[in-house]
Amino acid sequence: MNGIHDMGGMDGFGPVVPEKDEPVFHAAWERRLFALSQALPVSVPFSDDHLRREIERLPPADYLRMSYYELWLQAIRSLLAERGILPGGRARIATQPLLAPAMVDATIAAGATTRQPDEGVMARFLAGDGVVARNIHPAGHTRLPRYVRDKPGVVVADRGVFSFPDANAAGEGLKPQHVYTVAFDARALWGDDTTADRVCVDLWEDYLEAR
Amino acid sequence: MTAHDHDHDAEEKGLALRVKALEQLLVEQGLVDPAALDRIVEAYETRIGPRNGARVVARAWIDPAYRARLLTNATAAIAELGYGGMQGENMVVVENTPQRHNLLVCTLCSCYPWPVLGLPPVWYKSAAYRSRAVKDPRGVLAEFGVTLAPDVELRVWDSSAELRYMVLPQRPAGTEALGEEALAGLVTRDGMIGTALV
Repeated sequence: MNGIHDMGGMDGFGPVVPEKDEPVFHAAWERRLFALSQALPVSVPFSDDHLRREIERLPPADYLRMSYYELWLQAIRSLLAERGILPGGRARIATQPLLAPAMVDATIAAGATTRQPDEGVMARFLAGDGVVARNIHPAGHTRLPRYVRDKPGVVVADRGVFSFPDANAAGEGLKPQHVYTVAFDARALWGDDTTADRVCVDLWEDYLEAR
Repeated sequence: MTAHDHDHDAEEKGLALRVKALEQLLVEQGLVDPAALDRIVEAYETRIGPRNGARVVARAWIDPAYRARLLTNATAAIAELGYGGMQGENMVVVENTPQRHNLLVCTLCSCYPWPVLGLPPVWYKSAAYRSRAVKDPRGVLAEFGVTLAPDVELRVWDSSAELRYMVLPQRPAGTEALGEEALAGLVTRDGMIGTALV
């Protein structure tokens, strides 16, 4: 969706203000919420695609006002309501055994890749191919930033096969496909109003057309 | 204390109560174990942070074969040093050279290579950084005190998919006599994001 989260190229947010000697967490509740976000998907299946979809659905003014962990709290509550864990009238989904303390280190080390087997998934593009990012404006979740849509670029790498967030977030399955790093000449994106030279963006095959 | 501070305190208190209530409900339903939450927090506050990435960088600086592996298969090379997993399952390392500087951003959210850099700082997730890093990166770098020569190519990497990036900074001049550990001590988190030089 064309949401406030899609910030690349916007003006007016002011300078970047790094915090000196920044702690990992700024409040005890941030610790607990972060840990919940990591432990919960073991017992109540949801993916980052679903979490991002819920964050992006928040009203833009709320998105800008809230801290990042507050956005996560809102999104997790929505996902839990959708799965019938929090009250809201939805049927409760089947849950899985919880993350045991002894399994924490192994679970972090294992990760949760969205990479899918390459076998049988053809790559439409090769490194060096000229492509155009499609000019699409889906109302649902997408990882195609607005600032590259309809812009020409060059494939610099095929990163392998991954599940497709637009489909997964919509509950339409994984739709595995190749992801490419596409390099855009900064002037093709912003004209003369840029101080970048190249911007490289990782794009799923469904976001691209040949040129 | 200003009215704004009061509002902020009240808001923080409200958030703390809401997170506590959520945790309690999930514990009662048998969906999370509070001891597991403690261990997760401990991992990210003590073991998983930018010192890990600094060790990777130092190894790449002293061992050309390792550097080559890091630049061709970063996930496997980083795993050689014992790092990997959540939010680092598919790593790419991009190398700064005298001709090219790399800068990382996630314009859509806050994607960041946790196993090597830990959890992202607030500024990395801020609207100010995410909006400008792809359009006016030299302006952003100036706010970090970094000025690149005009002929240095500035390449920005927007982690819009499930690859996670780390910058391999240039080894500072005059460090030929330093060992791996001392070199790792020179490497900063921002140097591995691209908002600082090492």
